[in-house]
This record gives sequence, structure tokens and C-alpha cells, in this order.
Amino acid sequence: MKLSIKKKKQSEPQKTPRRQKNPVSWKERLISASFLAPSLIGVMAFFILPFLVVIYYSMIDNPINPSFVFLQNFVNVLNNTAFQKAASNTLQFSLVAVPLAVLLSLGLALLLNSKIPFRSQFRTFFLSPMMVPVASVVLIWQVLFHYNGVVNDFLGNFGVQAIDWLKSEHGKIVLVLLFLWKNLGYNMILFMAALGNIPQDILEVARLDTSSAAQIFVRIKIRYLSPTLLFVTIFSLINSFKVFREIYLLTNDYPYDSVYMLQHFMNNTFDNLDYQKLSAAAIIMAVVIVVLIGILFVAEDRFGKDVEG
Amino acid sequence: MSKKNHTANEEKILVRKTARRARRLRAEKVRLVLITVFAAFFAILFLLPTVLTLANSFMSSSEILANYGKIFSTTSTGGKVYIAEKVNLKFIPDMVSFSQYVTVLFKSPEYLLKFWNSVILVVPIVGFQLLVASLAAYSFTRYRGRFKEVIFFLYTILMLMPYQVTLVPNYLVSGWLHILNTNWAIWLPGIFSPFGVFLLTKFMRRIPVSVMEAAKIDGAGEWQIFSRICMPLCKGALYSIAILVFIDYWNMVEQPLILLSDAEMHPLSVFLSKINKGEIGLAFAVATIYMIPSLLIFLYGEDYLVEGITYAGGIKG
Repeated sequence: MKLSIKKKKQSEPQKTPRRQKNPVSWKERLISASFLAPSLIGVMAFFILPFLVVIYYSMIDNPINPSFVFLQNFVNVLNNTAFQKAASNTLQFSLVAVPLAVLLSLGLALLLNSKIPFRSQFRTFFLSPMMVPVASVVLIWQVLFHYNGVVNDFLGNFGVQAIDWLKSEHGKIVLVLLFLWKNLGYNMILFMAALGNIPQDILEVARLDTSSAAQIFVRIKIRYLSPTLLFVTIFSLINSFKVFREIYLLTNDYPYDSVYMLQHFMNNTFDNLDYQKLSAAAIIMAVVIVVLIGILFVAEDRFGKDVEG
Repeated sequence: MSKKNHTANEEKILVRKTARRARRLRAEKVRLVLITVFAAFFAILFLLPTVLTLANSFMSSSEILANYGKIFSTTSTGGKVYIAEKVNLKFIPDMVSFSQYVTVLFKSPEYLLKFWNSVILVVPIVGFQLLVASLAAYSFTRYRGRFKEVIFFLYTILMLMPYQVTLVPNYLVSGWLHILNTNWAIWLPGIFSPFGVFLLTKFMRRIPVSVMEAAKIDGAGEWQIFSRICMPLCKGALYSIAILVFIDYWNMVEQPLILLSDAEMHPLSVFLSKINKGEIGLAFAVATIYMIPSLLIFLYGEDYLVEGITYAGGIKG
């Protein structure tokens, strides 16, 4: 109920007056559609239509002599222990890494937003991981987290026993660190931009009213940041799937159990050319992501104040 | 009597106030110093891998071997032979050597070939994705109807899909069109990726409608409004999307591995991950060369990156 009221408020002042002023002619509609055409044709051909075929594949038993098995492939995939392992590892990774990435980058943005020297230099430093080629990242991470690597060497000074990081339960820590290192910088500048957009007069009034810094943060800043918070969360979620590229190169085809991710599962299934399994797994992933995004959107609608208009 | 008392009191309060203010200023200064040190520590930590790659590319292969030898020799021989040794993270080479670069640039042409493959694959994607995306974004911005909103929502969902999901459809279409193992298999899905459309639409919808309506009243056609008014306003956003798309595709690994079976056509990003296992000295030099385009784009466009997203804050619209 609350949702629909908000939506109306948002769209009404934009749409109704414009339509009354100058009704859009069919010619204008045609021109505007022609602008969209190249993109829409491409997206249809390369994403939407083949995805429908993927749905079809996920419901047949074999592509040569197909018979309809409905949900059997999904049941098979869900019962597959490798898939369960990969899905639970991936989910665990995303649930830890994404909130951490959001919170830490917000913290960094707030830090860099105070009047400290070398701000723009620091900003560049934090963004520098975006430039490093994936392969070198992997190389450096190997040097750091190898059994004989730098991290074990350093921890050894404090009497910590050497750990084979990537071949133990600690593997996830390495992956989360890698993800944070790669993504904090960009998230941070998204937050910095949003912080810079908060109207200064509102903050000034709050300060004159002797609100504490904490109060200003919770009551004002967070509200203005809420669209960015959603954006950064979703962006981090996308990137948490992209970091599998590094994970895959770091750990090869059949890694230790704790770092066996959906990427490994998909790649190994792809090598076996098992389209039914692959299609079903892809659809399950897609559904989970749509649900996650839906939850985020609803959460933003509930808690965020729409300040964009 | 009472009046005198009053002023004395006021003075006392004033003295106390200035003292408090001085103390607060001092505390503020200490806080700023602490924040700076803290931020500097993390900023440098983030920069280290880049510096390490750069520094190690100027070491001779024997120096590299002395520093990292045991890590990478254990993987090849299997046993942990050099356990007693320590790994050195060295940031300053004993002797600056260009031997790795000489090997990469002059002795083995395959690296430059792969670099060229990367350029061939990535540049058309960035250029055409921006073109297709700005046209589509313009259409999503002007004359919004329910039908277009539905399509835009579809784009949003597609953009959020991880590569593992879109990989299967991509592979299927490439098979049907007989473009597997050609550059088109990488180009076409890249060009039509909904990512740029999404970000640009977000940005364009912030441009006041009145700006475009005014041009229309002055007799400008849609194409003129698009090219003369809308595009110049989106310059920052276009730059920042170009940077993001470039960096994403410049580092692609999965797509070429699956869509291009001919290793001759693979970009350097794929090839780099293979030489890691062999000669890591070379790997650092190649990585440094590979970093140069990203670095240049970054140095040139960092301000756009920051500025361009200022308006793209929200995901809904």
C-alpha cells in the first residue's frame, strides 16, 4: 500500500502536465523508437531470445531427441552436491563481502570527506586496484598468501603458525580481502559524490541546532545517501560475481572445498557440454539474483527517503 | 554593584568560552592528523600491488628468482624444497634492468601480437557500446511510456545478471550465427551489453525536460536535440562509462576462453594468466605494459569518473 502511494507521487508531476501541454504525435513516437531500435534488436538477439531457449533447454532431457521433463533438471541440479557446495560458498562469500564492501567504503568516504591534506592523491591510490591487470593481481596474491608467502612470514614474527591459505578453510578470508581491495575505491568515490550532493544549508541548520555528528549522520546523511547505498550494494553484488575471474585463476579448476564457487561449477559443466544442467543452474542463479534485487528495492522504498524527486 | 558583578561574570564566561574553543580547535587538529595518518596507511596499502608490479618489472630474472624462486618452484616440483628461505617483497631493484622489457618488446613478438589482439577486441566494444547506448538512453529519456518502462526494467535485470548466466545464451547465439571463434563473438554481446544504456539513461533523466523542449520549440529535430544538446551535456557520464567498460573488457578472461577456441586470437589478459606459471619476471613486465592504457585513461579521465557519477546516484527512476 505504502509502496504504491509513493510511486504515484513520484511519477504524477512529471507525466500529466507534459502530456496535456503537447501530446506526443505518432511521428515523434516512431523517431524515438528508432533511437531505441539498434540496442533493442541487439539485446533481443543476444540476451533475451537465447535466454528463452535456455529456459527451453532446462526443461528437456536431451537436445537431440528432446522430450519434456519439466522441472526434473532443476531437481537434479539442486540435488547435485557440487552445486550445493558451490552455491553455499558463493552465497556465504556474497553475504560477507558485499555488506563489508558497502560499510567500509562508506567509512572511507566519510574519512576522506573531512578536510585532510592529499585528499585527491588518496582517492587515486584507492582507485589504483582498478587498473592492475587480473593476472598480476593473481600473481601478487599468490606471493602474499602462498604457504611460504609474505603473510605467513609476517605472522610468523608473532608466533602464528604458517597456514596454507588457499588450501584451507581460511581461503574465504583471502577471497574477501581480494574483493575488498579491488572494489572499495570505486564504491568510495560513489559515496563521496553523494556526500558532496547533500545540501549544505541543511547540514548547517542541523549544526546550529547543536546536533551531534552522530545525529547528523543518522538523521540526515544516511537519508540522502540511501539511493547511493542501494546503488553501491547492487554494484558490489554484480562485482562479487565478477571477482570469480580472479578466484578462478587463483585456484584453478578443482580447488579446495572452501573456495569452490559457482564459477567453477559452471565452467566444469560447460567443459562437459551438459546443456541441461548448465541451463537449469543459470536459471536458478538468475532467479536468486532477481529475488535479491527485489528485496533491496523494497527495502529502499521502505527506509529510504526519496530526495531525488 | 550588581551591574559590575554582572560584567565580571560575563567576562569570566567569555574567558572560559575562548579557552573551550581553543581546546576544541586543538582537538580538531589532532583528529585531522589522526585521520590523515589512518587514510594514508590504507591508501598506500591499496597502492602497493601496483607499485610492486612496476618495481619488479625492472628487475633481472635472476633477481626475481632470488626473491620469489621458492614460491614458484614449489608449484613446479611439487615438494616444498626451499622452506628455510624467506620471500622478499622488494620494491627497489638492486640494479635497474630492462632485460625483461627487451625480451617482451623485441625478442618475442607474441606479446605484442596479443596486446594488439586486446586492442582489436576492446576498442570497438567501448566505441560502439557508447554509441548504441546513448541512442537507446535518449529514447528511454524522451517520451516515456509504459511499454518503454517495461523494457527498461528488463534492461536493468539483464545488467545485473552475472556473466555465468549470460554465458550460455551468448554461446548459443554465437553458434547459430556461425561466429564462434571469430572476434564477432566477443564484439557483438559486448556492444549490446545493457550496462551503458542503464547508466546513461539514469544520467539523461536528470537533464531538465525544459532544456530539450526549448530546443524543439526553436525548430530542432530529434537528431539535432540528441547530438547538439543531449550529448554535450552527457560528456562526463560518457567518459566515466567508457572508463568502466574499457577496464572491464580489457581484463576479460572468461569470454575469450569460451568463445575463442583459437589461442592465437586470445587477448593479452588471457595470455598473461598463462605465463604467470612460467617466467614471472616476464609476467611483471608484460603486466606493466598492459597497465599503461588503463593508466593513461585513468589519469586523463579520473575527474570525469568522479563527476560523471555524481548524477547517477540512484538506481531507480
